[in-house]
Amino acid sequence: MAMTLDVNGKPLAVKAAPDTPLLWVLRDELGLIGSKFGCGVAQCGACTVLADGQPIRSCVMPIEGLAGMKITTIESLGGNSPLQQAWVKHDVPQCGYCQSGQIMSATALLAAKPNPTDADIDAAMDGNICRCGTYQRIRAAIKDAAGMAAAAPVPVTPVAAPAAPAKI
Amino acid sequence: MNRILSPRETQGATRRDLVVGATLVGGALLVGCSPGDLLSVGAKEDFGAFGPFIKIGADGAVTVISKHIEFGQGNHAGLAAIVAEELDADWTKVKVEQAPAIAKVYANTGMGVQGTGGSSAISNSWTQLRQAGAGAKAMFIEAAANKWNAPVGEITVKDSVVSHAKSGKSATFAQLLPEAGKIAPPKAPVLKDPKTFTLIGTDRVRRKDSQAKSDGTARFTQDVQLPDMLVAMVAHAPRYGAKVGSFDAAEARKVPGVVEVYQIPTGVAVVAQNTWAARKGREALKVTWDETGAEKASSETMAANYRQWAAGKGTLPEKTEWQAFETKGDAAKKVQGTIFETTYDFPFLAHAALEPMNCVAQVGAGKAKLTFGSQIPTVDQLNTAKIVGMLPGAVEIETLFAGGSFGRRANFQSDYVAECVEIAKKVGKMRPVKLVWTREDDTAAGYFRPLTHHAVKITVDKEGYPVAWRHRVVTQTLMKGSPMPTKGVDETTVEGTKGSPYLKATPVVDAQVLMPDVNIPVLWWRSVGATHTAFVMEHTIDQLARKAGKDPVAYRRTLYEKAGATRHLAVLNLVAEKAGWDKPATAGWSRGVAVHESFGTVVAQVAEVQLVDGQPKVGRVVTAVDCGTAISPDQIAAQMEGGICYGLSAALYGKITLKDGVVEQTNFDTYRVLRNSEAPTVETHILPSGNAPSGTGEPGTPVIAPAVANALLALNGQATTSLPFVKA
Repeated sequence: MAMTLDVNGKPLAVKAAPDTPLLWVLRDELGLIGSKFGCGVAQCGACTVLADGQPIRSCVMPIEGLAGMKITTIESLGGNSPLQQAWVKHDVPQCGYCQSGQIMSATALLAAKPNPTDADIDAAMDGNICRCGTYQRIRAAIKDAAGMAAAAPVPVTPVAAPAAPAKI
Repeated sequence: MNRILSPRETQGATRRDLVVGATLVGGALLVGCSPGDLLSVGAKEDFGAFGPFIKIGADGAVTVISKHIEFGQGNHAGLAAIVAEELDADWTKVKVEQAPAIAKVYANTGMGVQGTGGSSAISNSWTQLRQAGAGAKAMFIEAAANKWNAPVGEITVKDSVVSHAKSGKSATFAQLLPEAGKIAPPKAPVLKDPKTFTLIGTDRVRRKDSQAKSDGTARFTQDVQLPDMLVAMVAHAPRYGAKVGSFDAAEARKVPGVVEVYQIPTGVAVVAQNTWAARKGREALKVTWDETGAEKASSETMAANYRQWAAGKGTLPEKTEWQAFETKGDAAKKVQGTIFETTYDFPFLAHAALEPMNCVAQVGAGKAKLTFGSQIPTVDQLNTAKIVGMLPGAVEIETLFAGGSFGRRANFQSDYVAECVEIAKKVGKMRPVKLVWTREDDTAAGYFRPLTHHAVKITVDKEGYPVAWRHRVVTQTLMKGSPMPTKGVDETTVEGTKGSPYLKATPVVDAQVLMPDVNIPVLWWRSVGATHTAFVMEHTIDQLARKAGKDPVAYRRTLYEKAGATRHLAVLNLVAEKAGWDKPATAGWSRGVAVHESFGTVVAQVAEVQLVDGQPKVGRVVTAVDCGTAISPDQIAAQMEGGICYGLSAALYGKITLKDGVVEQTNFDTYRVLRNSEAPTVETHILPSGNAPSGTGEPGTPVIAPAVANALLALNGQATTSLPFVKA
């Protein structure tokens, strides 16, 4: 039984069984590999995509429930959205595996709240695990993308040129 | 991101690898061959004019070949910057590519095999890549000098442009490439005076992969899609050491998309056309396990035994004995003073990299190819070669980004790789097989940071400083089943206690370790031995300072001066200054300090902590780090931020338990990890240094837990004797 999914603005016929989670249809059948598999039980957020603008965990969403909804994945952002620019500017990613999901959650957040508070960011981003611990930069990049200065700039001692060992 | 081998262990590894290599090449006596040669037999080598580390395209664009995997550490940026600095290449156009697996040219200079670990990517490559960059630059200079009939000494290079000021001539790398490529590389290229560095140490050294990792195009093992590829999932035994008794695959074969079901040494593999079919097929399998020889240990019983043994009670298991790792003075002689005694318990920990372990393998007649995030390609080649009966060099490896590792992908057994190769061997014909583990597979597979117990008994003098230090550690060795088994003490079990400046400052030391044999697979976990030794040393010192009525920073200063630990003292002073230690803590927050050296890097942290609903909440963490020459200050900061989150995650929540040999945690709902709202704000301060660089991937991790424990001690006077802080 084939069904049609609206993915990134295109109606696409998919062959997968109706109980197949959206994530595996996106990745294995449609070749949209930006959304990742991390836990399979909606705990980590690596698979986050938007359905009618709302963030969903695609690893637990059977496609049969998504007919008629507009699915948006990381691939639709084009690589140059304000959030993606901020992500690159802050060198947010480390291993990078969670970042598609992080950016999709942040995209939904900024769409709903263009100037999010720290509490808004906590609420919107706590479903997305980053094992590398890039959380501080994620927060800074979201605020940057929202056109706000980060609450507290984090200084890194600049090392202009290697000097002699410090005297103690 | 782990320690693989100390130089001492490398010797043993080399000998053993020679034996393995010789066996694989048919027992032929290969006198005069290096281990790298043996491990690379059969490998294709095809490098351009600038050698194995640098490629320069017809457009003049410089590509640096990284022999190290990038799984978050930012090493690709640092490695490329080392080359670009010496080559004076246009940094904005430098690209990074992953090296193929050829131990002969890409061995980690500290390991003897190709591999990433022990926070060594930058440090072991430092001289090698400086020479590669300087050599290539010399070739361009000589080509230009020949072309313009100018003295070599008058030619300069900047941003990939070669110039001769006197004649006003200049040419790009692209323009000079045909001539430069024909110049013989210099044998001993002249390196820059570090004072003249223009890229290294600046904020221009940023990641090269942030764009690809922000737009979904970065390629991980999970993303590999090859023509005709099959996806495999394996039903594993619930206990280590169990085997397949019998299985019924009739229902599994009926699942649409399932192609084949195979019995392999580690279980029953369902091979399908896609991931979901493989998963449904596996669910439909009926497997009976043969549990003869299965491990049925419970972590609670193990911990109780460890405590008994450390206290000198109970009977030690057979062939298990205490081994001294640091001895000084006469421990038998009674020392005058006050005795402080305590113990610490640490649980098993899972790495829980966000990308569950996976691999893509192809096996055909006389060749094999692996495409995945390989952390020790040489070991993965050897293990694959054994399964498929080929020369190690005939196993081609294409290394991809990995979605974290934290040590998990550096495994002497190549566990998940071997599993994939077994399936690909059954499938044959070079047909690609992607092995996908679920999160539950990943958690249950083990290779944990070992359950560990420490017992300390310290005698202090009138001033409160230690005069005798008795230390007992009970933990599993990480070297069991490795190709380089260690005789005596496995250094990874005690590093950080061994070599501690506090022991150096103590006249009498009696430190011993017991390494019981348990069939629960264990492995290095970001910062390895320091994951427990840093906590024990740093939290103990704070308790001693408190008993002596001294400030923890001042108390440490005295001990570092006594021990001659100048680098510890320097980072302690820096962190105290930047955290404002001499002023009161921010209202409502308690402060704790900790300092620890691992992998040649010394890190000090001051953590601000509150108790919220009885649980520690960490706000600001000020970090000072001495990692020698800082190549990328921004990525050093990133590693401090990430290392602190990784360490804090485990300290707050991390605990794997086993009941009758079965791992009780399965996914992130039962193995809780740190989330965004719980992440501290980290400030990083780098100590200026002219020393050679040391790594930063791991050393930030072990310092946060004792800093938090010390803040809690300051808050309510209560010491922490077991982790995690949050008891389920």
